[in-house]
Amino acid sequence: MIQSMIEITAEYWPMFLRGAGMTLLIAITGTILGALIGLIIGVIRTIPKPDKGWKRVFLKTIDFLLACYIEFFRGTPMMVQAMIIFYGIAQVFGIHLNVTLAAIFIVTINTGAYMAEIVRGGIISIDKGQFEAAQAIGMTHVQTMTNIVLPQVLRNILPATGNEFVINIKDTSVLSVISVTELFFQGRSVQGATFDTFATYFIIALIYLFLTFTVTRILRLIERKMDGKEHYDLSGNQMQI
Amino acid sequence: MKNIIQIKNLNKKFGNHEVLKDINFDVHKGEVVCVIGSSGSGKSTLLRCINLLEKPTGGQIIYKGENILDDKHDIYAYRTKLGMVFQQFNLFNNHTVLKNCTVGQVKVLKRSQKEAEQVALKYLKLVGMGQFIHAKPKQLSGGQKQRVAIARALSMEPDALLFDEPTSALDPEMVGEVLKVMKELAQSGLTMIVVTHEMEFAREVSDRVVFMDKGVIAEEGSPDQIFNHPAQERTRVFLSRILK
Ligand SMILES: Nc1ncnc2c1ncn2[C@@H]1O[C@H](COP(=O)(O)OP(=O)(O)OP(=O)(O)O)[C@@H](O)[C@H]1O
Ligand SMILES: [Mg+2]
Repeated sequence: MIQSMIEITAEYWPMFLRGAGMTLLIAITGTILGALIGLIIGVIRTIPKPDKGWKRVFLKTIDFLLACYIEFFRGTPMMVQAMIIFYGIAQVFGIHLNVTLAAIFIVTINTGAYMAEIVRGGIISIDKGQFEAAQAIGMTHVQTMTNIVLPQVLRNILPATGNEFVINIKDTSVLSVISVTELFFQGRSVQGATFDTFATYFIIALIYLFLTFTVTRILRLIERKMDGKEHYDLSGNQMQI
Repeated sequence: MKNIIQIKNLNKKFGNHEVLKDINFDVHKGEVVCVIGSSGSGKSTLLRCINLLEKPTGGQIIYKGENILDDKHDIYAYRTKLGMVFQQFNLFNNHTVLKNCTVGQVKVLKRSQKEAEQVALKYLKLVGMGQFIHAKPKQLSGGQKQRVAIARALSMEPDALLFDEPTSALDPEMVGEVLKVMKELAQSGLTMIVVTHEMEFAREVSDRVVFMDKGVIAEEGSPDQIFNHPAQERTRVFLSRILK
């Protein structure tokens, strides 16, 4: 069994490598773009609403549409979304999307729906006092967000984003239904050639494990880096600015 | 004496709860006004209306001859002219002490980083926090945080500073260091409106004391007048309760 795993790896490693590369590409791009969408939606949903007027109606409408988006993508399996988006668009509009782009698109909007809620929670968890202090020195909503709130939200949502990233690495496997050549799809091809199902998928599992484990470690490092030093240095008279 | 802010017939309702009723009062340049009164009388709401953290439901706030409640008035520019010091400090947790004092100058007043740092350092030294510029808020004591908050407000070089119970969230041993800084600021000629329960401070430092009760200004006058010869019965009742 170990013997056959070594043989399969020796012969098919370029396919595994390409599959892993594709999986990472889709997961990384999807997670980053999705987190960005989540951030933007989170900010939009926390814009203070005036008591009345057209601006309130406008913001309420946007809120409703965003809530629909979030509910739909959180409430349906990604595999089904992939079929609808990829084959549905081809059928209805006659547009044939590039599979890689389609895969990234699907992971992105999926992650966006999850991250939107996480970001909203992150923004709400920043105490109101900091918003008020920022307002009191004359900052606008956008300035308050970019300079004060979002940096803290980013730090707070980093663990959740990392989690999403790990989930995305694994969940891209369902995108084999639209024939994107990610790791699982490559696994199926190799299995079709070798007929050694167990050995092939065991290798695939090890590769997934390696990817998720490495990513988790790297994120830990980033978190620690962002938290900065435990202690501060007192500045003496040599302080020069 | 020159008026900095003139408040005319100010009114504030939350729903149909009328929290401020027909408030009239002026603040002159260089004056220190202490606002006292029991809990729920509307002191915080008054301060928050003055810098528009709350939107008044009626009346006028005249600043430099213009009613800033006019829709077309630039409220962001106006807010930079009034510093605010909060009971809970409200420092920006993601920034160092120095950055807390520079971010507003750079982003709102568009000062250069270098100039902002010089200004910030000047005020941080003034409040005795010059050594702590690299610290993050969570590494400071309450009294230190509040002094940084004061330096942050001063760094915007406002026309007046509003304080909302700046020592109420502090452990007793830290109240003194903050009051000392405030006293020095008052003596330096800064215009200040201070909501406080520190009667000793109000008596010693203020030029004028405003007593609020149930959303109205019940009585105002010199500290001597309010503390030693209050004209109103409710002022007397409040003082006897708080001073005993
Ligand atoms: N956002 C709000 N919504 C509804 N009611 C409010 C709001 N803020 C304050 N109030 C009410 O307004 C009244 C005055 O509150 P305010 O905080 O101004 O009192 P205060 O004099 O500052 O009291 P304290 O000494 O306890 O700080 C209270 O009855 C309070 O319940
Ligand atoms: Mg109050």
